[in-house]
Amino acid sequence: MLRAAFQVAFVVLVGALLWYLLGNLRTNLRVSGLPTGFDYLDRPAGVDIRDSPFRPSQPIRDAIVVGLVNTVRGSVVGIALATVLGILVGVARLSTNWLVRKGAAVYVETLRNVPVLVTIIFMYTAVVLRLPPISRASEWLGLIVFSNRGLVVPWGVAGTGARAFTGVVGGAFALAVIVGLWRSRRFDETGEPHHRVLWGGAVLVIVTAAGYVAFSRPVTLTLPTREGRIVQGGIQLGPEYAALLIGLVLYTASHIAEIVRGSILAVPKGQTEAANALALSGFQRLRFVVLPQALRIMLPPLANQYLNLTKNSSLAVAVGYFELTRITGQIIANANPAPQSIAILMLLYLALSLLISLVANIVNRSLALETR
Amino acid sequence: MTAGPTDTATLEPLPPPEPEPPAPRRLPPARWVRENLFNTWYNSLLTVVLGAALGWAALRALRFVFFGARWEIIQTNLTLLMVGRYPRDQLFRPWLAILIVSAAAGLGAGLAARTAPRPARWDAFKRAAPGLALLAVLAAFARTPLPALLVAASVAACLAARTAGTRLPDKAARWLPLVYLGTVVGAYLALTAGGPGWDSWGGLLLTLYLALGGIVLSFPIGVLLALGRRSSFPAVRLVCVGYIELIRGVPLITLLLMGQFMLGFFFPQGFPRPGLVVRALIAIVLFTAAYVAEIVRGGLQGVPKGQSEAAQAIGLSPVKTTVLIVLPQALRNVIPALVGQFISLFKDTSLVAIIGLLDLLFVAQAITQQPGFLGQGLQAEVLVFASFVYWSFCYSMSRASQRLERRLGVGER
Repeated sequence: MLRAAFQVAFVVLVGALLWYLLGNLRTNLRVSGLPTGFDYLDRPAGVDIRDSPFRPSQPIRDAIVVGLVNTVRGSVVGIALATVLGILVGVARLSTNWLVRKGAAVYVETLRNVPVLVTIIFMYTAVVLRLPPISRASEWLGLIVFSNRGLVVPWGVAGTGARAFTGVVGGAFALAVIVGLWRSRRFDETGEPHHRVLWGGAVLVIVTAAGYVAFSRPVTLTLPTREGRIVQGGIQLGPEYAALLIGLVLYTASHIAEIVRGSILAVPKGQTEAANALALSGFQRLRFVVLPQALRIMLPPLANQYLNLTKNSSLAVAVGYFELTRITGQIIANANPAPQSIAILMLLYLALSLLISLVANIVNRSLALETR
Repeated sequence: MTAGPTDTATLEPLPPPEPEPPAPRRLPPARWVRENLFNTWYNSLLTVVLGAALGWAALRALRFVFFGARWEIIQTNLTLLMVGRYPRDQLFRPWLAILIVSAAAGLGAGLAARTAPRPARWDAFKRAAPGLALLAVLAAFARTPLPALLVAASVAACLAARTAGTRLPDKAARWLPLVYLGTVVGAYLALTAGGPGWDSWGGLLLTLYLALGGIVLSFPIGVLLALGRRSSFPAVRLVCVGYIELIRGVPLITLLLMGQFMLGFFFPQGFPRPGLVVRALIAIVLFTAAYVAEIVRGGLQGVPKGQSEAAQAIGLSPVKTTVLIVLPQALRNVIPALVGQFISLFKDTSLVAIIGLLDLLFVAQAITQQPGFLGQGLQAEVLVFASFVYWSFCYSMSRASQRLERRLGVGER
């Protein structure tokens, strides 16, 4: 009885506090002549977004969507690159080669202890903007063009039938997964070697190649070529995007490297010794004994780093890349109500975070050790 | 599974002490190089390629630091970088605070040195190296001898207090928490009592203030949230979980934007609006409390259930059980994680530059716009300097936290 009364009192207290704050909010908004609802989302945004077909006359809700897409664009690419670099550096820290080990340690201890915002701004003002101007742009192997306007990388151009071809590639993926599952079942039933990666990969390549020929080159790869001040072909990554990506990747990779190193070290030494006793080769020992167990230890902190990277992409506001936070800031600057805009901003980040947590939990559960 | 003698485990003889680890092998240089750099063909290749790349990068970096960089922008603005717009006739206040803090740190180190094993001379040097490097760099950039003299005085005070600490009677260690509290209050009063308001603070001073204020103020809130999350009342649990997960799901910058644009809307009409520094501090505290709560929750989960059961058995009330038995053990185990949170908060304070507070990063960027330095591309110089300041603080703290972790034996019991 007392317990119930306490809880009711607690909830009433929290509710009353929220009600009071929201009441103040409504009064203050009305006094300032700002809208109290969300109708303002239909007003023209008046925000000019670089490198985007978005027009300032489009409504605010569209601008927010563009921001969300740009945030996801930075986060997804950043997560992929940071994972690759982080694993490389983490493994390098355990190398038998003294120079590799110490080089990786210096990288980790330097980048990890400097704020990511400083790294991003450094990459922008002191690296990307200091690249040579477009008329003297440096080109690497004809694949990448560097200049202070960002970098241009090869990109596919969609031709006729590209849409159908996308469907074919999707189907090929599905087919490859099915074949892989079938091979796993065969292995479980008969014990014959499954080679599921080989089988799945072969299916994927064959179906995709067949589709590519059938639709007569639906996608062509264009390489950037520079003539004077104009770069033709490829896709342009603006200097802000490039700086954000480099900063985020360098910072997050230093954290991922520590996670990878710690997880590999956390696999009990007996496992390695048992693998040696079974006369597994060095590769087999890593692939079948050490890495699967390290992966299980690694996954929760790794998901945490992915969350951090996504949240840190909001720091692009400091270099002017038009992601969610920057666009929200501009919307507020155009005399739109701040409380609602910031609430939308927080809810969108919360949704992104929950999405990443959800995926991580699903993967985590599928990898978890089955115990009684 | 066979029934093991688990319940008589305490009666068994202690296991024999672990054998001493073998002494590290000392190889002649030629063999060391062969074993560590050229032991296989791919390691030889890696050594050559990576060695060339790293050597080139190191050469470029050294050339920049000692010949290419134009450090006069730092020399001219050193005071601005350290304290921002803090009134120049009040500068004795930060110096007084530094003296107080370094004396207290020396005293603490002296008291700790009596129980801890004495580190080898080389280890002691390695520990102090980042801080000494920072002091050396700052002294090199100072244009008058006064700062160098005051730094020397602080170091002397620190060393004197350390010597005094080693000589004090054993009972004195009991008063150490009180000394630390007095230090914090004393340093704070030295900076504020009758002095300039928070809004004139800036530079490294503001960075330190936001980080320290953030962790100190968020600590009690975080402990309450952690206890609430493990409460037996579902309603309390729900509210705490909701708060923690909401805050952990959004970036700090959105909370700072909230502090900048939105916090004022929550106050009643006519209520005096706090300054931007205070609003940023509120945002930082709200943010950090959620992370502190998760750290403390981890510590609470690590306390064996038998502890609270034993407390109940001797008739302690639930509140006394929590405050006297569970929390002390939980907090002791999470000290290294709290230091880690403090480090990440220290780095995160750089975000206040985005909402226009004059912290170290903001000042560093702003001075490149001064008439004498505008358009000369000095961003690399100021950002390298700011990075070095952040790095020396964070690196020393993370090293200290690792040592602490080993000494407390977290995760080993």
